[in-house]
Amino acid sequence: MTFSFGDLLLVLPELLVVLAACTVLAVEPLLDPPHRQRLAWPSLGTLAICMGLIAFRIGHRAEAFGGLVTIDDYGSFWKLLLCFVAGLTVLLSHSYLKEERLHIGEYYALVLLTLSGMMVMVSATDLLTIYLGTELMSLALYVMAGLKRPEPRSLEASAKYFVLGAFSSGIMLYGVSLLYGATGSTRLTVIASALTGSGSDTPLPLVATVLLTAGFGFKLALVPFHMWTPDVYQGAPTSVTAFMAVASKAASFGAFLRVFLDGLGSFKTDWSVLLLVLCVATLVLGNSVALVQTNIKRMLAYSSIAHAGYAMIGVVAAGWAAERGHEATSVASVLLYIAVYVFMTFGAFAVVAMLRKGDVEGEEIDDFTGLAKRHPLGALMMLVFMVSLAGIPPTAGFIGKFYVFMSAVEVGLTWLAVIALVFAVVSAYYYLRVVLVMYMREPAEGTETLPRLILSPTLSIVLACAIAGVIVLGLYPGPLVSLATQAVRALQ
Amino acid sequence: MADSFPWVTVLIFLPIAGAAALYMVAKTAVRALALGITMAELVIAVPLWWQFDPSSAAMQFTEQVAWIAWPPVHYHVGLDGISFPLVLMTTALLPLCVLVSWHSIETRIRDFMALLLVMEGAMIGVFAALDFVLFYIFWEAMLIPMYLLIGMWGGPNRLYATVKFVLYTLAGSILLLVAILVLYAQTDTFDILRLSRASYSPALQMWLFVAFFAAFAVKIPMFPFHTWLPDAHVEAPTAGSVILASVLLKMGTYGFLRFSLPMLPDASKVFTPLMITLSIIAIIYGAYMALAQTDLKKLIAYSSVSHMGFVTLGLFTCNLQGIEGAVIQMINHGITTGGLFLLVGILYERTHSRLIADNVGLAKPMPRYATCLTIFALSSLGLPGTNSFVGEFLVLAGTFLANKFAATVASVGIILAAAYLLWMVQRVAFGVPSPTSLPKLRDMNGREMATVVPLIVFVFLIGVFPNPLVTRLHSSVNQVLARLLPAPVSAETVTQHHDALPPPTPADAGNPSDFVRWTRGLAESSFSYEASSAEPRSLDRGSPDAQLREDLS
Repeated sequence: MTFSFGDLLLVLPELLVVLAACTVLAVEPLLDPPHRQRLAWPSLGTLAICMGLIAFRIGHRAEAFGGLVTIDDYGSFWKLLLCFVAGLTVLLSHSYLKEERLHIGEYYALVLLTLSGMMVMVSATDLLTIYLGTELMSLALYVMAGLKRPEPRSLEASAKYFVLGAFSSGIMLYGVSLLYGATGSTRLTVIASALTGSGSDTPLPLVATVLLTAGFGFKLALVPFHMWTPDVYQGAPTSVTAFMAVASKAASFGAFLRVFLDGLGSFKTDWSVLLLVLCVATLVLGNSVALVQTNIKRMLAYSSIAHAGYAMIGVVAAGWAAERGHEATSVASVLLYIAVYVFMTFGAFAVVAMLRKGDVEGEEIDDFTGLAKRHPLGALMMLVFMVSLAGIPPTAGFIGKFYVFMSAVEVGLTWLAVIALVFAVVSAYYYLRVVLVMYMREPAEGTETLPRLILSPTLSIVLACAIAGVIVLGLYPGPLVSLATQAVRALQ
Repeated sequence: MADSFPWVTVLIFLPIAGAAALYMVAKTAVRALALGITMAELVIAVPLWWQFDPSSAAMQFTEQVAWIAWPPVHYHVGLDGISFPLVLMTTALLPLCVLVSWHSIETRIRDFMALLLVMEGAMIGVFAALDFVLFYIFWEAMLIPMYLLIGMWGGPNRLYATVKFVLYTLAGSILLLVAILVLYAQTDTFDILRLSRASYSPALQMWLFVAFFAAFAVKIPMFPFHTWLPDAHVEAPTAGSVILASVLLKMGTYGFLRFSLPMLPDASKVFTPLMITLSIIAIIYGAYMALAQTDLKKLIAYSSVSHMGFVTLGLFTCNLQGIEGAVIQMINHGITTGGLFLLVGILYERTHSRLIADNVGLAKPMPRYATCLTIFALSSLGLPGTNSFVGEFLVLAGTFLANKFAATVASVGIILAAAYLLWMVQRVAFGVPSPTSLPKLRDMNGREMATVVPLIVFVFLIGVFPNPLVTRLHSSVNQVLARLLPAPVSAETVTQHHDALPPPTPADAGNPSDFVRWTRGLAESSFSYEASSAEPRSLDRGSPDAQLREDLS
């Protein structure tokens, strides 16, 4: 295989991110620890340039490295989203790390490395390249989860994440190797054409499909592969949790959809049944267990499991769809859902990070008591995020749910929409409990002495972006919808 | 006023923008600004009353803008004879809600008023929406403000009440969303007007009816789904109770009238016995529960269940009298029950108790208050000359045509209403107070009179001169009926088939007796003063009933 300079130009955004990560790593030891936070700014600059480059290329399609990587609108959609999230993460971390007294310059390098892995994942059209991207993302995340070194919980999170993550990677790789054995290639297009016409009577690709489902299931935190999620989300520093909950889920969905629709499209009827079962289990378990959580990060962890279930409805609908048109709209609904999910979940975690002041952890739901009095604006934003997560209009969360339910109903899975909606009501209970605590309970005695909550400028930007996303997408989703439909058209 | 000016949009979004504006003025000016905005709404809405063309069944003041390209969701609003009176009632009630909260709400007044205003916009949006997605968005968007209103300014048990309210309502609405999506999958449109013209297979209609029923029955609330209502009413602040009783409950019955009946005519007919049964149960059960209450707000809450039973009963008689009576009763209940809740709130500010036992014998210290209370109680029990008489009479007249047994049982509800309301008035206004209770009580002051007197005016206005309201209903209700009874029964077909075939309309199920004809004539003569004028505008012009009556006489 040969590659040209042109190939490198095509992956310029990815290259830039890796380059920036290396630079940050090299410069970091030269700075005094308190000054290392300044590395956030060059990182942000890189991300902005990357987003510009990616946006510039929308509408074009090119293959690089002999088909290992494809630059198309589908990948660009995810990459834009991921770069945006990474930017928010950098901004959020800037103030949060200061509060946690974590003066670690590598942090930003790790964010950028994770991002480069994710970008590879969503633009790769070869199973091994996807696997490489996944590993790059995961390895950096394992480290980030354990960054709060003095805290045993953080270390536990890191170790747990690593062990289970490595296990799932192994399963995924096993699936890849079986597919290679069955079709003689790891290239998605080749696999697809080799599998055309073969059905359930060919067990090898079917087993591979199951293994790939399990592997991606870990990354997406689908039930029953979700066990690591609550512990890791709770133990990791909040800024890392936000990044993990949002970006790694988005990237995994990006790769997952491409593999299952482009590569394994001929097994649609088989994997959609499998995913249907996982989807229902995820919805039921994620929402039910979230009900009894007292720690907000754990609650948001279960909520993020549940939201993967909602997005999965769109995937199932795509598999169920008999018509091409319905398949495309279903996939578009998944893209929309994840985009919406990004804003609301990141926003919620940002508010949690905001509460971290002095010795106050701000991670128990009770810590939110009377927040409406202590910080009316923060409480209002949390209210909007919670309402959006519950899927109540006129927020973006409703738009996301509306589209996935619509795709389910269109392909005849009305009962699935009903189940999902029943559990949306269940979820309203725990989301609105946070609102209840913030607005309707008086702060306990002694809370007057708590340090005043002040929004740092960077945190304000993060919250402003998230809140604007939730409200604007709720009221005017048109542009995002057309972006998502355009992205889906790039899939075969 | 030019027709093209988007008045409905202004009505919806002026209060929402006003809510934001509240945060930009000094705290002392918040109440005045909120009152100003709600009054502005009323000033905008009232002139539309005369602009409204009562002869047209089409939506008026419509606006349509594409909102989302795929799927085709439009910002499409407009008013017809059914929704317009409800919008007008909403705009009329909100200034009163602001006034009654003037001093009773002291903490976080800014937030309170802002939420009231957001509620107003969303409620008008529900009645005006002509796109199903838009309708659903307004329908749901109302939940959170109400959740906060009850939860932040409510009584001691407010958290339980508000969570119960939200979860009940949300659970009801989920099937509505699914139904909307199923309708879209069938027709590729969310346009309510187009959906109301399409026809669906009977099996699908059944499912859709059940889905609609879940949403609307919880909101009304109909009999087995009513348990959230007493809790929410008792705990809510006065303004919250008024909005809840006067407007929110109407959204459920409005839903039945706007969606279930015209879109699902076949299913509506199948479910009519069930709906009538549930309505009757609600009437009797609500009244019995009201008899047993010691808390004034609970008493009124259960009376709401009973009165809303009359509304659903009227709707599912599927004839002109019944449905028009139901719509009038929706307005009446808003006025009367709103007034009663305002009065309880005013009393609570003085005695800090809502128990009947703590508020005995008010006629002496508070003669004005006692007068208002008596008027609203008499209106609520349907005394002739007050508004509720008109509505209940029409509902019962319609029910007699459709189902004599149901009408007979429902009449018992009126007697029970008289019992619990008069008993309440007897104790609260004219009872003998124990010497220890009741410190010196101030009578209602000017502001409080201003909150109640407008409603009293409407009590008598609709009571003695309902025609302006009734005429505005005709065309729209007839349009609904035309969907329910698709084949227009011309005089000839009736003559030919009257004995040979089973009667095609529920209206003439069973031979119309002399009594029925008498009630029809009476309905006409009492409510259509223009009947003898040059343009004969009989109560049920153009309806199958009218032709049938011509035939019979």
